[in-house]
Amino acid sequence: MTARTFRHIGTRPIRHDGADKVTGRANYGADLSLPGMLHGVVLRSPHAHARILAIETSRAEAVPGVRAVITGRDIPENFGSIALGEAPFDTHDIGDNALAHEKALYHGHAVAAVAATTIEIARAAASLIDVAYEPLEPVLDITRAIAPDAPILDAGLETKGRPAPGSKSPTNIAARMELRRGDIVAGFAAADVVVEREFRTQMVHQGYIEPHACVARWGQDGQAVLWSTTQGPFLVRDQCAAILGMEPAKIKVTPSEIGGGFGGKIPVYLEPLAIALSRKAGRPVKMVMTREDVFRATGPTSGTIVRMKLGAKRDGTLVAASASLWYEAGAYRGSPSGAGAMCCLAAYNIPNFFVEAYDVLVNKPKVAAYRAPGSPMATFATESLVDEIARTLGLDAVEMRLKNAVAEGDHAPYGPAYPAIGLKEALEAARRHPHYTAPLAPNQGRGMACGFWFNAGLSSSATVMLHGDGSAAVTTGNPDIGGTRVAQALMVAEELGIPVEQVRPSVADTDSVGYTDVTGGSRVCYATGMAVIQAAGDVRDQLRARAARIWNVAPDQVGWEQGRAVALDGAAAQKPLTVAQLAAEMGRTGGPIVGRAAVNVPMAGPGFAVHLCDLEVDKETGRTTVVRYTAIQDVGMAVHPSFVEGQMQGGVAQGIGWALNEEYIFDAGGVMENAGFLDYRMPVASDLPMIDTVLIEVPNPQHPYGVKGVGEVPIVPPLAAVANAMRDATGIRSTTLLFSSPRVLEALAAGD
Amino acid sequence: MARVHLPGGLSAHTGGLECVDVDATRVGELILDLTLRFPGLAEPIRGMAIAIDGEIYNDAPYHALRDDSEIYFVPPVAGG
Repeated sequence: MTARTFRHIGTRPIRHDGADKVTGRANYGADLSLPGMLHGVVLRSPHAHARILAIETSRAEAVPGVRAVITGRDIPENFGSIALGEAPFDTHDIGDNALAHEKALYHGHAVAAVAATTIEIARAAASLIDVAYEPLEPVLDITRAIAPDAPILDAGLETKGRPAPGSKSPTNIAARMELRRGDIVAGFAAADVVVEREFRTQMVHQGYIEPHACVARWGQDGQAVLWSTTQGPFLVRDQCAAILGMEPAKIKVTPSEIGGGFGGKIPVYLEPLAIALSRKAGRPVKMVMTREDVFRATGPTSGTIVRMKLGAKRDGTLVAASASLWYEAGAYRGSPSGAGAMCCLAAYNIPNFFVEAYDVLVNKPKVAAYRAPGSPMATFATESLVDEIARTLGLDAVEMRLKNAVAEGDHAPYGPAYPAIGLKEALEAARRHPHYTAPLAPNQGRGMACGFWFNAGLSSSATVMLHGDGSAAVTTGNPDIGGTRVAQALMVAEELGIPVEQVRPSVADTDSVGYTDVTGGSRVCYATGMAVIQAAGDVRDQLRARAARIWNVAPDQVGWEQGRAVALDGAAAQKPLTVAQLAAEMGRTGGPIVGRAAVNVPMAGPGFAVHLCDLEVDKETGRTTVVRYTAIQDVGMAVHPSFVEGQMQGGVAQGIGWALNEEYIFDAGGVMENAGFLDYRMPVASDLPMIDTVLIEVPNPQHPYGVKGVGEVPIVPPLAAVANAMRDATGIRSTTLLFSSPRVLEALAAGD
Repeated sequence: MARVHLPGGLSAHTGGLECVDVDATRVGELILDLTLRFPGLAEPIRGMAIAIDGEIYNDAPYHALRDDSEIYFVPPVAGG
């Protein structure tokens, strides 16, 4: 790639939406109110597993102020799947998850909903809905789910993919996949050292601060308008249409500002219910989840069991690996076990491996995507074992990894050759970083780990409009979570040569911009950015044509330099025209100037990260404190470095929380016992040190600036980096998360 | 001819062949030819993403192939 000199890309302007956010003026999902609006509430199952025998709603419907009550009968059971961007959605499962039909499959599963003139009336009425349940034994972990006598969640479930030999139906195993290369028997036979362990991680939630919320308004014309906090307004539209049996074009979705998502705001929960209630009541309906609802009834990520074995030669060369990955899907198929299988060995060249991955139903909420879904848990196993081999062989942690690290042209464990990647550059940066050799205090330890994520591509659209004063507006369909609006403004500024402050970036509704896949998969700055760059290029081409008209020359006699139209050789000597000058003449040279572009692009190419973690263990209390952390990552090209660093720091914070603080705690009946932030302990600023970042820029040749995705990789290494630091500090190899104070004390006592 | 790699489970549907050469100019033709020769592959590769010379697309039936293109079928991956 020819190096390009940028004027705007790589700078750090203040985000356009910043002032509204810090002053409280930004409008989030729960902020909208409409005249005549009703308030909707959901009645949720008190059982984790139960057959629904009957639902009687007449007492609720008789309450003054109640305008509509719905149950599963109001949601058609549509069997099929729809391709929605990243992966196919099972239309029956997403509808049944929104409102149960025959069975309640987890504690908190929605079974009915009420709309009334006040929230208090709606709640009181919901309590008067009589549901007759036949309670069933809940299946609360993988071991129980795969036992021969396990209760079956879905009698019609078939194991997709490659069922294990001897598999029987009925089953709770929704899918199984395999990856293999070479001969693992010969590979392990040739190894000088073999390590094998079983790792466990717990179910955790994304913990986005803004709960789910929406307002729906059904119109007399049979069309619905929906306002929602979501990562993907087009996916909300298409999921609601599929669930309700509507045409997608009859639903218009306007995304609000969004207070975090991390994958958890891709599915719909309240939205189809709000539309159905509004249709029945003939008035707008607002629905807002409580934090407790969010924990109990939206998609966390899987609890997992990973059994892994690694073999290496005496010099540290990895020669064989085998792994068996078991991921909880929750109540419906769809855990990220396959992604875990593809990620777990992705950082290393291993000539012989076998990986199998299972997707297992349990009576817990249906899992949703969570930042690099599936990769952190599997990588926890791999990087722990790599650390153990390095220790066993007396090798330096970086040297061990460099010896095996993948580079451009090496084949990923899932098949294709890697494009330009920066894992070795990141490892070299880790070795050079002062953190790597800084002295440790007593009771402190240091760990390192690598991480991998794919970085999605998919479809995006963008429109760039020029205003009469030479400023511009850029409109896309991606809710802005990580600073994508200012990044898009930077791209327009770069292409047109105008100040970034003169570019106004907006997120549009589904009727006002072309189809755009979700804000997820680390794809927005890359894929939607390509649409923005092309749309801005379209504007620039039109400006050149307008200059040609003014100068009365052929368009090919007009060039573009530093934000100005310039006359080329052969044209009359003309003074260059600025964007503002050309914009002022728009009406007389052909009318408004609007640039547009739509793209469907391949995956951006993988991102790799290397993390260093120092922690201190109080051996009397078991309290573990992360005292220093450095995240190094190949980011391709940082369009706005502050937001890239923010993504890296945020991913690290979530990963540390996963390792040290966070877990779903269920009682024997499958009821979550800690459904609130007081008891579900996410890390806060005072829990963490400043997280240092190092940006490595190995450009992505598929992108005009070299951009790769950056948002997901940083959550991958922390689980293992913390575990390896714990091993260094205490001598104890902990293989079961989380490392809470009681567990650390227990491990220390056992170690003694 | 494009070379289709079928490692792991997919070779169970090709009589154990882990590499198959297919004469096709576009992805759609390649998949049609492949599934006519190995009907058992049709279901497992339905909905899979496809890696064409290292670039992974979720769905690309009209994508042109080179004479020496390297093809892998890859499970679709969601992101967060």
